[in-house]
Amino acid sequence: MRIRLEPRKAPSRLALYGAPIMAIALTMLAGMVLFTLMGFRGGAAVFEIFIEPLLEPQRWPDIAVKASPLVMIATGLAIGFRANVWNIGAEGQYIVGAVAGTGVALATYEIESAWILPLMLLASLLGGAVWAAIPAILRVRLKVSEILTSLMLTYVALQLLYYLVRGPWRDPEGYNFPQTRMFSEAQTVPNLLEGTQLHWGVPLTFLVVLITWFVMSRTLLGYQVKVVGLAPMAARLGGFSENRTVLMTMLVSGALAGLAGMIECSATFGQLTPQFPVNYGFTAIIVAFLGRLHPVGVLIGGLALATSYIGADIAQTASALPQAATGLIQAMMLFFLLGVDIFVINRIRIAPCVPRLAS
Amino acid sequence: MNFDIAISIVMTLVVAATPILLAGLGELIAEKSGVLNLGVEGMMLVGAVAGFIAASLTGFTPFGYAVAALAGICASLLFGVLALTLGSNQVATGLALTIFGTGLSSLAGAGFVGTTITRLPALFPPTLAGHPLLRLVFGYDVIVYLSIALTFAATWFLNHTRLGLILRSVGESDASAHAIGYPVTTIRYGAVAFGGALAGLAGAYYSLAVTPMWADRITAGRGWIALALVVFSSWRPWRLLLGAYIFGAVMTLELYSKAAGFALLPPEMLAMLPYLATVAALAVIAMRPSRGRLDAPRCLGKPFRAGA
Amino acid sequence: MAEATTRLELEGITKRFGEVLANDKVSLVARKGEIKALIGENGAGKSTLVKIIYGVQQADAGEMRFEGAPVVVSSPRAARRLGIGMVFQHFSLFEPMTVLENIAIGMDQALDRRKLEREVTSILAAYALPLDIHRHVDTLSVGERQRIEIVRCLLHRPKLLIMDEPTSVLTPQEADQLFDTLRKLATEGCTILYISHKLDEIRALCESATILRSGRVVGECDPRVETQRRIAEMMIGAELANIERAPGRTPGGARLLVERLSVDTDEAFGTELEEISFAARAGEILGLAGVAGNGQKELMLALSGETAAPAGAIRLDGSAIGNLPPPARRKRGLCVLPEERNGHAAVASFSLAENTLLTARERKHLTANGVIKTSALHDYARRVIAAFKVATTSEEAPARSLSGGNLQKFVVGREILQEPLVLVVDQPTWGVDAGAAAAIRQALIDLAARGSAVILVSQDLDELLSLCDRLYVMNEGRLSRPLTVAEVSIEEIGLLMGGVHGQAEPTHTRAGDAD
Repeated sequence: MRIRLEPRKAPSRLALYGAPIMAIALTMLAGMVLFTLMGFRGGAAVFEIFIEPLLEPQRWPDIAVKASPLVMIATGLAIGFRANVWNIGAEGQYIVGAVAGTGVALATYEIESAWILPLMLLASLLGGAVWAAIPAILRVRLKVSEILTSLMLTYVALQLLYYLVRGPWRDPEGYNFPQTRMFSEAQTVPNLLEGTQLHWGVPLTFLVVLITWFVMSRTLLGYQVKVVGLAPMAARLGGFSENRTVLMTMLVSGALAGLAGMIECSATFGQLTPQFPVNYGFTAIIVAFLGRLHPVGVLIGGLALATSYIGADIAQTASALPQAATGLIQAMMLFFLLGVDIFVINRIRIAPCVPRLAS
Repeated sequence: MNFDIAISIVMTLVVAATPILLAGLGELIAEKSGVLNLGVEGMMLVGAVAGFIAASLTGFTPFGYAVAALAGICASLLFGVLALTLGSNQVATGLALTIFGTGLSSLAGAGFVGTTITRLPALFPPTLAGHPLLRLVFGYDVIVYLSIALTFAATWFLNHTRLGLILRSVGESDASAHAIGYPVTTIRYGAVAFGGALAGLAGAYYSLAVTPMWADRITAGRGWIALALVVFSSWRPWRLLLGAYIFGAVMTLELYSKAAGFALLPPEMLAMLPYLATVAALAVIAMRPSRGRLDAPRCLGKPFRAGA
Repeated sequence: MAEATTRLELEGITKRFGEVLANDKVSLVARKGEIKALIGENGAGKSTLVKIIYGVQQADAGEMRFEGAPVVVSSPRAARRLGIGMVFQHFSLFEPMTVLENIAIGMDQALDRRKLEREVTSILAAYALPLDIHRHVDTLSVGERQRIEIVRCLLHRPKLLIMDEPTSVLTPQEADQLFDTLRKLATEGCTILYISHKLDEIRALCESATILRSGRVVGECDPRVETQRRIAEMMIGAELANIERAPGRTPGGARLLVERLSVDTDEAFGTELEEISFAARAGEILGLAGVAGNGQKELMLALSGETAAPAGAIRLDGSAIGNLPPPARRKRGLCVLPEERNGHAAVASFSLAENTLLTARERKHLTANGVIKTSALHDYARRVIAAFKVATTSEEAPARSLSGGNLQKFVVGREILQEPLVLVVDQPTWGVDAGAAAAIRQALIDLAARGSAVILVSQDLDELLSLCDRLYVMNEGRLSRPLTVAEVSIEEIGLLMGGVHGQAEPTHTRAGDAD
């Protein structure tokens, strides 16, 4: 017998939506085996990571807060991935967005105005966009792959952050700790629900998802992005400029990553610190794929990943599972998704073995 | 400047360049066969941690390198199954491999922080490397010489062997190679596994020679620099060596100016240098007027399915 | 038992792809030294059959005997060991490498470079094939590339040589040269299996023919004595429909005027256009003949607006449009349909409705303020499907789920229902079944009859001669003088395609007319 993959004429709807669920299930299974082999209580740890956060309503706001930056970044990345634009430097854009916003905050220190927060958010959009513009322009002008340049700039952004918080932006009253002043009330994204972590960044993310969904599925602009990604020749015939699409999607994904960075920095940390970047920019890549590059899917994917983050904290205390296990779980999810994905466009066919030539 | 310091600067440069060269050579061969494996950083980390664990458990450093190469191969085969057999998107799969390697290495290495191992000794007897200038030539461990020998070997393999010709043909036109009757996927598996082995070795060189100890994310993005250097080299091994040594110099500059305290720039700015230099190098190489026929393999990154 | 003179015997070869039966109990016999034609329409199963013989694909059922002995050919390598060689329609070449390197890759055993060079040189001399073995393939013409493939086969000393549509990319003169080589091989005892759907060349070259239709053998004949019409009818399976055209069309004024259009190509080995000038008049079908790769692609891109040109180089009804992008040109009435359906004229994974948005949004108002008018999209797609009898489940079906002919009908329909003032189409019937081809040709004639100018780029001379009023021949980025179809000879067109611009006197009219 021989197992073969055969292309389907039309992608299977069931497989399309089933694949992420299947991938999560396989990740849970593999995680159980792996953690058990490593000497942890595998079954319990997997339960704590994936299920327990969902069973405890008091953790739901935490999940939403955790999902917010992931979804915001992934929404932008998914637009780019659709256009075959591989911005993998969202982490850097996230950092620079926060840096730009913090710059506004430090400049408006001791000023009270309702305009400060919007100004900070605007600065973060710009900061992220500018950081993404570098690889975008290099690709459009010189055909340099944005994959490598956007990633390199992440390391540069990280060092920029370190430099600022250790040097010029260090809190003068902060006992030499490498961090900025705390943001004032006017510089903090307001809380949404008393007694929880829930802040206004969460509904803002939701709004971004809605707008993106509309643009991608109902407007010519979304059509343009998809055509450029799927068939560059057809895009030219249609009159859509590939360069402009690359620029636009890079800038949008950079801006959204920057915005997410500022919101996270302001709402969760209240200041800029070196501990602030925690690889959301990379995790968002997994979220984008898990969500099938579709805004609504990204929303669900972000919630799933956020659950695993919260769950990993539970597993850390309950099952002594190290923090690093989270990264492993996330990578496995992407691995399994990529593997399972093949069955969206192919079907398995089992064919009888063909006899080989004897001589 | 002191003569001895000059010598040791150059030697640090060579040591800094070696893992990038190794990882880059592996990726160069993989890319010549048409596979873009962005998981170099992940494979390096897997190799780094596996090599360190093996060396510290047995106390035998060469065994560590062997295990590292094997671990790199295993990681690369994970990529192979997804990207070559199942035909998944190579960019996404390579990224997944890097995220996976990062997580796996920090999970597996957590218990080994603070453990020490012994470095490999210099390959040649100290008598031969007595004079400082001779030390410049004979003062390194076997991995350094291996990386240079592999540069020779890769050039010879690609240009003067039949298998090298076939490998290139698979990267230039998978459909044509398949039509003639070459096993495209098998050849690509081989190239990817070779890339994995070298990435594993390269990673282990950080944990067993450069640092030598275990620290989380010990490779610090050098795998990505190796990837960029492959582009910079226009897929030619000798240019890759040149690129690796230039980057070795940039990194050494960062190290020494920090240590000597004559820094003109804050340390964070110096730490940015290799990455900024990479971006600049990619831009400069793209500006050449003639993008001739020795540039990127034409099937680079495209999934291949027989019979399609 | 097989006779001593029999080389290849197939019996009951069957091959199924999903629901499609590509070969249905195909049987065939070829003798030593015989040049045998395998005739059939696109999609009749010729290519599948020879791929099975050459070991690229495996038959689901049936037997193959070679020189009397039953064989199972599991791979092309096994086929070559038996003495079977094949030249595919798509060459298996590696462009950045030299001719000699390409030949070396094609060898099953490693051969010393100098020895290989000697053997190749002697074969080139023996068969009078002009080829520089040290050139890089990407600098060679299509004819030269084909010679590399032939040399690869000849190095294996084949007993059976399969040629899959070898002349589709050659000038008539290059084709004649190829026929000489094949005849010489046959006299040396090599069996040639010659696949084509061009009946005149089969009559000139082959001594026997097997005709395939929908995967089955529908007849055997001696093409030298059978009439072309009879063979064509066997091949198509119906009485040939005559194309209706209103008699005595009189073209009006110039709709599209191209003046001294020159375009540099940014591709390494593309063709530059040099001072192209022509006028397409209202109510006429203007043909552009020529071997592929002589600038047709570049001209199409310049006409559609995908590459920029000076404003005045292209005029539509008098106004300069050379610098306008594609949407603005379509809005003014110039629609261009490129050759490649998948990925150029249509997006394979998009539905038919979504594919209307690609080129029909300006003239059919399918968007408003950047927002897609979903119902207008579906309405227009349904109209195209109905008007052109596109076989599909609905307008929501992805483009890739349609057969080549049906998708072609859809994209042609998408352009024609926009009632463009000028329609430019490139190879609209390439790889399309006979029924769809006839429908498309009729639609072009009708569009011209309604007063539009139609420009037809094609490599099919029969198609051009039967549809066009006037035609130009393209060669190395230049246009010949205009030829009036009623007065031109095939020989003259052939010479112009080969780049001979001499003023040969036309000897007779419409030689080799096939319809």
